[in-house]
Amino acid sequence: MSLLSSLDREHIVAEPGFSRWLVPPAALCVHLCIGQAYAFSVFNLPMTRLIGITAPAPDDWKLTQLGWIFSIAIVMLGVSSAVAGSWLDRVGPRKAMLLAASCFGGGFLVAAFGVAVHQLWLVYLGYGVLGGCGLGIGYISPVKTLITWFPDRPGMATGMAIMGFGGGAMIASPLSVWLMRQFSTATHVGVAEAFVVLAVVYFCFMAVGSAIVRVPAAGWQPAGYVPRARTGKLITTENVTLERAVRTPQFVLLWLVLCLNVTAGIGVLGQASAMIQETFAGRITPVAAAGFVGLLSLFNMGGRFLWASVSDYIGRKATYCVFFLLGIALYAAVPSAAHIHSVALFVACYCIILSMYGGGFATIPAYLKDVFGVQFVGAIHGRLLTAWSAAGVLGPVLVNYISDYQINHGVARADSYSFTMYIMAALLVLGLICNLLMYPVRERHIDMEGARA
Amino acid sequence: MKLVLAWGFVGIPLAWGVFGTLSSAMALFR
Repeated sequence: MSLLSSLDREHIVAEPGFSRWLVPPAALCVHLCIGQAYAFSVFNLPMTRLIGITAPAPDDWKLTQLGWIFSIAIVMLGVSSAVAGSWLDRVGPRKAMLLAASCFGGGFLVAAFGVAVHQLWLVYLGYGVLGGCGLGIGYISPVKTLITWFPDRPGMATGMAIMGFGGGAMIASPLSVWLMRQFSTATHVGVAEAFVVLAVVYFCFMAVGSAIVRVPAAGWQPAGYVPRARTGKLITTENVTLERAVRTPQFVLLWLVLCLNVTAGIGVLGQASAMIQETFAGRITPVAAAGFVGLLSLFNMGGRFLWASVSDYIGRKATYCVFFLLGIALYAAVPSAAHIHSVALFVACYCIILSMYGGGFATIPAYLKDVFGVQFVGAIHGRLLTAWSAAGVLGPVLVNYISDYQINHGVARADSYSFTMYIMAALLVLGLICNLLMYPVRERHIDMEGARA
Repeated sequence: MKLVLAWGFVGIPLAWGVFGTLSSAMALFR
């Protein structure tokens, strides 16, 4: 048996007595690492003065050039998860996690070399392309395994892992700053060395996750669990293959549901700091605004676990209806909170909005499992994540375009945000309609070749 | 024992990150 084949699904079947509660920490090992992507911006300013050291030199990279690193990584996340989904379902989570660790760690190493020789294309290739593949493969690798281990609470199980993606930035941000401080000298800023350390640390951490993970034996079910024949109109006990699933109206509707929910969230997330400072000019300092962004990160992370767990009880469709209805009300309430100068109401609205932004990511795997069955859920989830890539481009472009248009037509910067909020609320109305249109897949789409859940 | 080790392995860095973020978030209320 070769080393590579020993990583395959059939060689990692859990022995009797294995606790399924070991699988969420295995998934968290991967998601806590790849969540670093949200904190990549801490490297941007230091990378603008790799030559000038204390201030940017003429030959130094510009912020606009560096912004592409994150954009490429997010696009590659969508592309790689869409392409690798079927392969991952076939080989199992251990091999996929190890590949993700190699891509993510390797991406950091190539980027470190790019920084050392001051070649930006190498950073694009390293962190953007290779690291982005690590993000995509790592993101979807534990999803199907968790759903299989927790058929009684699939939302909670995937929510726990995807919560790690939200929490990863909270670890990476201070860790990266600390590492750069350790390696910075009078002649260089320490970015390349920090990348090398992060490459090793993340590879090892993710490798531990891949060593822990196991898949359940065929037909395994938790003690005392009795699957209900049909618990809800949208829940199927059959399986729809990837090829058929992507051609169904349900897939298109769920793609739009995710894309619209994420577009609205991303649109305001990037502007949160500037928005609160300009809306409450003189009352909110830059330090307090940074605290506000931190608070949003906590709600983004907490919402992933909370809302996904709630969806196990009230259903996925109802959970998304809450996201959209509550979201519409809150986005519409933000301009009023600014108008009456209520910082508390403004902050409360944003915190709940961001919890639902995170909740949208965490609830979607269980929604897919309900609609298309368990067997091909990893591959279908991978394909659906292209909605995230689209939203990653659409959200900031939409918000910046609307904001610029308003300002160019004489609207005060602080007031320009109000119109943006109403546009975001309108996006959520579209999302609500898509969610309400969801109905069970037709029988002709179901895989009849024995692939029953 | 395995469960404690596995959850500690991911829980300690996560708790560190959450605590640090919470500390900086407190600046909003000062």
